[in-house]
Amino acid sequence: MTALVPYVTGGISADWTDYLLAYQEAGATAIEIGLPFSDPMLDGVTIQQASDRALSRGATVVSILQDLDRVRGRLRVPLIVMTYANLVFHRTPEGFCRELADAGISGLIVPDLPVDEAKPVARAAAEAGIDLIPLVAPVTPDDRLEQIAALGSGYIYAVSVMGTTGERATLGSSAAGLAARVKAVTDRPVLIGFGVSSPEQAAEAGRAGDGVVVASALMRRVLDGATPAEIRETVAGFAAALEVSADYAYAEVSGDRR
Amino acid sequence: MSTLMTEPAAGRFGDFGGRFVPESLVPACDALAAAFREAWADPAFRAELDELLVVYAGRPTPLTPARNLSADLGIELLLKREDLAHTGSHKINNVLGQALLARRMGKGRLIAETGAGQHGVATATAAALLGLEATVYMGERDIERQQLNVLRMTTLGAEVVPVGSGSRTLKDATNEAMRAWVSDVDRAHFLLGSVGGPHPYPWMVRELQRVIGVEARRQSRTVPDVVVACVGGGSNSAGTFAGFADTSARLVGVEAAGGAAMTNGSPGVVHGARSMVLQDADGQVAEAESVAAGLDYPGIGPEHAHLGAIGRAEYHTVKDDEVVEAVRRLARSEGIICALESAHAVAWVLRAAGTPELPTGSRVVLTLSGRGDKDMATLLGGAS
Repeated sequence: MTALVPYVTGGISADWTDYLLAYQEAGATAIEIGLPFSDPMLDGVTIQQASDRALSRGATVVSILQDLDRVRGRLRVPLIVMTYANLVFHRTPEGFCRELADAGISGLIVPDLPVDEAKPVARAAAEAGIDLIPLVAPVTPDDRLEQIAALGSGYIYAVSVMGTTGERATLGSSAAGLAARVKAVTDRPVLIGFGVSSPEQAAEAGRAGDGVVVASALMRRVLDGATPAEIRETVAGFAAALEVSADYAYAEVSGDRR
Repeated sequence: MSTLMTEPAAGRFGDFGGRFVPESLVPACDALAAAFREAWADPAFRAELDELLVVYAGRPTPLTPARNLSADLGIELLLKREDLAHTGSHKINNVLGQALLARRMGKGRLIAETGAGQHGVATATAAALLGLEATVYMGERDIERQQLNVLRMTTLGAEVVPVGSGSRTLKDATNEAMRAWVSDVDRAHFLLGSVGGPHPYPWMVRELQRVIGVEARRQSRTVPDVVVACVGGGSNSAGTFAGFADTSARLVGVEAAGGAAMTNGSPGVVHGARSMVLQDADGQVAEAESVAAGLDYPGIGPEHAHLGAIGRAEYHTVKDDEVVEAVRRLARSEGIICALESAHAVAWVLRAAGTPELPTGSRVVLTLSGRGDKDMATLLGGAS
């Protein structure tokens, strides 16, 4: 049994919260919401374009979190925010994590916040009752993996390739090795992300870790105009490949606070 | 305390600096910091770099008394002539050091960002000299306004990759260069051109540019009252200031009014470091707007943010029309056509001389960071 965590850029369209409902219906275990940043250093062209579109629509941290009111009560799956360090520090880690918690967010991923800089955010997240989900990369040495595994809470996000986010023809061969190395130092679940582009790749990644994150493959379709109903079918394809069941307990991945 | 004389612990300059990069880049930054620390302490490395700076880059560059302007303004103005260094700007100092380091680390490829193209040209030059590949990321808007430098880079054998995202200037070229580095981190060295970015760059680039200040201090014989340089990311000013950090000289950085991170920004994290950043209420990085492509940048090196915060350096702004006028005035009075970037420092001196900001009789060392050939088309078109 593996987890499926699809991603959507917050504010990418007027009805963007409908994608959350579609993902849930399709069997998502949890959902990642990107808070768009002007300078997404670790993102490839698809998420860059998605971020630009959301920002040009006037999306802000506040507006995106407020939009979640529209689906409150209908969403059962945990929501995890992914955004860059400047948006966190700009509002102060304490203020930012509190805002997330108030909006019903369960977890936070900050790709440009390595363990060495993460202490204030980890403290603020813990106080707000949010999981700070750390990232590991294929080049992370074992002693550093232990240090990272001791940071934050919830799952560990394994970056499968050396590169930016974005679709790839094949899954990085480093994914399985990295997941195994993480599992050797921690009991925390390991989700694999970056470049998971097809249900076949998701199944492959799912065998290496405890689940997968799918982002660019979905956002490319959203950018091309796919409706929530159409995206639901895409996500359902990933869910089938991963043999995700609708009643999969998120508690196995992270503390469910709903 | 001024940090200009030491290696910053954990890459911190007071509240600024650090290393806000993806985990994928952390080991590479660690390896780079260790390699630079070792090389910088190695007399053989220093000797090789010093020799290249002399026989290849043309150092030391002169300190030229600006006799006519000095008489006009009632001050003693001395120009540190980085415009006379090979490739036409101070950028070569940093690039030769980092390219030697890249070769020492066994890297076969240089990745660089560029704004005005001066850093890109210097990188392409060092790559040609040392037999390395060079890929230079440059905003589409800068490619349009700095055609000469694009031609220079391609003539030198570098690949110039246009960046069409965001503001299509230096900020976006830097994002793209960092993305390229993540994807080729084993083989490539990211040759950052300024004192920004994650540790060790702000420290390493300042040390490689220190030669400007060390020479200027020796050449000026007595300590000047004021040391002034333009600031975008802030590498020529950091190198200049470093030579005068332990003197009584006032340190003045001059920003473009449309890219004044020190004057109009607030603390933020961009391109791997915490520093002063132009940003909106939500924390989205703002787009800078300057006639000088090299200063068209919404951030500034973290050590400058620190020097400003503790009051060791002061930062002023000048407007595009003052800058264009400064290029013309320096050209007509001294026979020197400087870069639009460098002209920011000149413009501040022109405005401040004879006022309490820069009293009559002051002795001023001004770093002229580069030459202005690249800007002729911009000047012909008027201040855009």
